[in-house]
Amino acid sequence: MNVEKLHIDDENLEIQLLLEAIYRKYGYDFRDYACAHTKRRLRHRKEISGIANYAEMQHRVIHDAMFFRSVLLDLSINVTEMFRDPWFYRKFRETVVPHLETYPHIKVWHAGCSAGQEVYSMAIVLEEEGMKARAQIYATDFNEEVLSAAKQGIYPLEDIREYSKNYIQSGGRLSFADYYTADDRYAILEKTLREKVLFTAHNLVTDGVFAEMHAICCRNVLIYFNKDLQERVLQLFYDSLCPGGFLCLGSKESLKFSQLADFFEEVAPKEKIYRKRR
Amino acid sequence: MAKSATYQAVVIGVSAGGIAALERIFSALCATFSLPIMVVQHIAPSGGNYLENHFSSCCSLPVREALDKEPIRPGTIYFAPPNYHLLIEQHKAMALSTEGRVNYSRPSIDVLFTTAAETYGEALVAIVLTGANHDGAAGLATVARLGGLTIVQEPATAEVDIMPKAALAATRVDHVLPLDKIGEFLNTVGSNTKS
Repeated sequence: MNVEKLHIDDENLEIQLLLEAIYRKYGYDFRDYACAHTKRRLRHRKEISGIANYAEMQHRVIHDAMFFRSVLLDLSINVTEMFRDPWFYRKFRETVVPHLETYPHIKVWHAGCSAGQEVYSMAIVLEEEGMKARAQIYATDFNEEVLSAAKQGIYPLEDIREYSKNYIQSGGRLSFADYYTADDRYAILEKTLREKVLFTAHNLVTDGVFAEMHAICCRNVLIYFNKDLQERVLQLFYDSLCPGGFLCLGSKESLKFSQLADFFEEVAPKEKIYRKRR
Repeated sequence: MAKSATYQAVVIGVSAGGIAALERIFSALCATFSLPIMVVQHIAPSGGNYLENHFSSCCSLPVREALDKEPIRPGTIYFAPPNYHLLIEQHKAMALSTEGRVNYSRPSIDVLFTTAAETYGEALVAIVLTGANHDGAAGLATVARLGGLTIVQEPATAEVDIMPKAALAATRVDHVLPLDKIGEFLNTVGSNTKS
């Protein structure tokens, strides 16, 4: 076998040991994240920090809490946008909202909410659909730094054009500009959008059920997990949903390969909206 | 002409001019072609499953959009979905990611090539085709370093020659082939003739 390829196999072993060290020292469990993705993120940190190898990185992570914080940020998934996949929000308005309207009070969980863009998108949808008064949105992420950014609701102005375009395509009823004020660099979302949102730390890998939900949005988070962890998290979602509750996954995520597939009804195949069977 | 008799996978990176180039290559592949082919074709985020639909009709092999954590099957062509990176996992399954753009691209050829090279090593065949940016050059260099077979479309036969030229400048390349020879060449490294 090629010498370089053997080196890769050894490097993968070092990465496993690094993830084990992170878990044992800090309690964050990345051991069942998808390997190729985790490696890309760690390699990026290794290169910009001038670290020779992952064994050295392990030493640094154990002894330097500040360095660990930057690694933790690297391993957080923080690329998203408001009204990402606009057709999803349109479908949510059309097919999920009419069911939610039958409840006097609803709970919606955004699991892995990252910097909050999709949470605020949902807050806008619920407000425009007249659901705000009876809604409680829980927005969770394992990373407290990411969560505090999410709470701020401040996004670079250059992203707003795309968000506006998405908003229109998603079936928005007003002008997107009604939802923010801008300075020369940033758009600051209206504070009223977060009135019904509770931002709180929750780790999908290690934490459990915390309320009975009517809908759960977890879009483009499961792709970063290996199959075993995906299955465990889907079980957590199943256990967290009320009978007839909705599960919304990312466009390229699916229950197709899950053992739980039979326990959900497929409401919208393209938009990946599922409903827990009663 | 091939370095190893045991190739296990093919990756292709292509951008501007790619639809016509891929049609040419795929239509030349034998029905007995037995390697999986993973393709990054740069496409607009709203591209839907155009690629899967289009190429299913002009190719004797099954064509699929890659699904997350899907095991890789032989003799199947997989496209990275629009707006997602396609990565190859160590246990030879595919994975998707919404990470930021790489070389202004999502999907990025470098991401596919690098992860495929680390999984398949010298059992990988990587091909850079027509395109108007530099995506794929660094990935092809990684494929070469890990012992894989590297192929670049002869720039004179590319609709846009920037990407093939960037790849040639980045690394040692085993074969520089005109477009109409690439399908034929793949048949020699990847057809299951049971002989």
